[in-house]
Amino acid sequence: MFESLSDKLSGIFDKLTRRGSLTEADVEEALREVRRALLDADVALDVVRSFSDKVQNRAVGANVIKSISPGQMVIKIVNDVLVETLGETAEPLNTEERPPVIIMMVGLQGAGKTTTTAKIAKRLKERNKKRVLMASLDVKRPAAQEQLAILGRQVEVDTLPIVPNQTPLQIARRAAEAARLEGYDVVLLDTAGRTHIDEPLMQEMADIKSYASPHEILLVADALTGQDAVNLAKNFDARVGITGIVLTRMDGDGRGGAALSMRHVTGKPIKLIATGEKMDALDEFAPKRIADRILGM
Amino acid sequence: FTKRKLDTLTLEELEDVLLRADLGVAAAQRVTKAVGAARYEKNIEPDEVRAILAREVENILEPVALPFDIDASRRPFVVLVVGVNGSGKTTTIAKLASKWRSEGKSVVLAAGDTFRAAAVEQLRIWGDRLDATVVAGKEGADAAGLAFDAIKTAREQNAEVLLMDTAGRLQNRTELMAELEKIVRVMKKADPEAPHAVLLVLDATVGQNALAQVEVFGKTAGVTGLVMTKLDGTARGGILVAIAEKYALPIHFVGVGESADDLEPFTARDFARAIAGLDPEESDPAKAAAEIAK
Ligand SMILES: Nc1nc2c(ncn2[C@@H]2O[C@H](COP(=O)(O)OP(=O)(O)OP(=O)(O)O)[C@@H](O)[C@H]2O)c(=O)[nH]1
Ligand SMILES: Nc1nc2c(ncn2[C@@H]2O[C@H](COP(=O)(O)OP(=O)(O)OP(=O)(O)O)[C@@H](O)[C@H]2O)c(=O)[nH]1
Ligand SMILES: [K+]
Ligand SMILES: [Mg+2]
Ligand SMILES: [Mg+2]
Repeated sequence: MFESLSDKLSGIFDKLTRRGSLTEADVEEALREVRRALLDADVALDVVRSFSDKVQNRAVGANVIKSISPGQMVIKIVNDVLVETLGETAEPLNTEERPPVIIMMVGLQGAGKTTTTAKIAKRLKERNKKRVLMASLDVKRPAAQEQLAILGRQVEVDTLPIVPNQTPLQIARRAAEAARLEGYDVVLLDTAGRTHIDEPLMQEMADIKSYASPHEILLVADALTGQDAVNLAKNFDARVGITGIVLTRMDGDGRGGAALSMRHVTGKPIKLIATGEKMDALDEFAPKRIADRILGM
Repeated sequence: FTKRKLDTLTLEELEDVLLRADLGVAAAQRVTKAVGAARYEKNIEPDEVRAILAREVENILEPVALPFDIDASRRPFVVLVVGVNGSGKTTTIAKLASKWRSEGKSVVLAAGDTFRAAAVEQLRIWGDRLDATVVAGKEGADAAGLAFDAIKTAREQNAEVLLMDTAGRLQNRTELMAELEKIVRVMKKADPEAPHAVLLVLDATVGQNALAQVEVFGKTAGVTGLVMTKLDGTARGGILVAIAEKYALPIHFVGVGESADDLEPFTARDFARAIAGLDPEESDPAKAAAEIAK
């Protein structure tokens, strides 16, 4: 559907090679293509601007105009800056604190929180040999608690028994007690989806945080998200101070520019990548992979 | 604003407004150009500029802002609901069922998501709340078979509408799209005209990928109309402008929350004003009072 940035840039620079010389204006045109490619990839407008300034500075410094294959050089610079912005190394989940380690999942409706909760639980159980408890604090979406219970049975991880008519805070309290009394290493708190401008629900989320003091607060966000990525990431971070981001639906054919936007505005690491509906479809973050995706390579 | 035209800076600002609303580069440039091509008064106020922008967007959306009609001669009128994971299909079905129930129509819901954990239970709870029959199979059962059964059940009950839920699927997953094709095929065995409507549910927070969703779901399932959900957040869903230009598919409803009554008809004017960053128009005070009195 999209022509890759690489194709576009070589188009521009091929014309030039034939003409024999390269000007500032040519580089400016190339940068325009870079900006456009990023916008087509759903990177947020302001992030595109500051990103493109960085690339421009780097291009001037590297003397792209004098280089033999300017197209390749611009691509390399764009790629390098992308990887730097995304965070070069994978940061693991912080699970080695004194137990019980609390991990809280937050995000917009339908982002993939419940599914990801179960995937993380499975991974911690199998790879890190942790005793894990999951609790759904979602008293809103029909059958949300039931959904987590079913996933718990699938991955053979305990879920907090469902008690009707409790508030999210009461459930969090019960989860903390169960963890202490029954010796769980990790407790995963799945929360209801919420829109970041829904004040009562944002307040509820902040209250859950104050009560549970989670070691990790993961923002679960759809890799297909458009320009709204900056708003949602900023707002969730401002209200609870997220510790990391999980990008879901990376099995789709979206370009995933939201990753760059969210990383840029929060400075928080992307910790995991979800690539499907099955319980093992969870990968470590790999900046190169996301950079390639954004550039359509 | 010399030459009685909006200057470039203003046009650039307008383009930014559109880009932030997810129109995408191509559509944003087209709309901005159209605004720039017209001639305007000097000293034009920022709000007026936005109003001009809104009108330009409204012109594109107006032809696709179409009501959803149930053809009463088809009984049951079969509505298939499709879309990517988590876009709001099941909730939209609940909202539609609620609307039609309150109009006194008999509604059957088919729990065609036999894959996701508790998807059937989710629809059952809605069915109970709305007093609509829910047809469900076993978890992991064949969704196409269920579609066939559901049409039969709805016919036996002489129901007016059958709403069929489906599992979320990303449009690039060919095996899942083939399954959707099969659902449509098998529906036709029960009723050669079914499905009578195929609604694609788009999430407003999704960016440029929505175009590909429309393209592929359209080809596979014969989408007849669109619903856009989650417009109660800060996403503006401007990709609908690009979609309207390219596919001209009817847009019927918007979702503005998680409750059964958080569904509104799609109106080009309101949607365009929101994209342009204008406040919703003051509603008629008399009408508002009547609303409160109700
Ligand atoms: N293709 C794909 N689907 C996913 C992925 N992660 C989750 N899903 C699907 O997305 C849909 C929503 O997932 P949930 O886990 O219910 O999302 P949620 O954030 O808990 O939703 P709410 O609780 O309603 O806010 C389900 O159909 C999941 O199977 C992923 O990485 N890829
Ligand atoms: N804020 C808001 N949330 C919505 C809207 N429509 C649906 N949701 C929420 O989005 C989440 C996903 O909705 P579902 O109806 O389960 O979505 P789905 O497409 O059926 O999901 P899958 O079957 O898992 O693919 C739920 O938490 C819904 O309450 C809307 O218009 N606004
Ligand atoms: K979504
Ligand atoms: Mg959930
Ligand atoms: Mg569903």
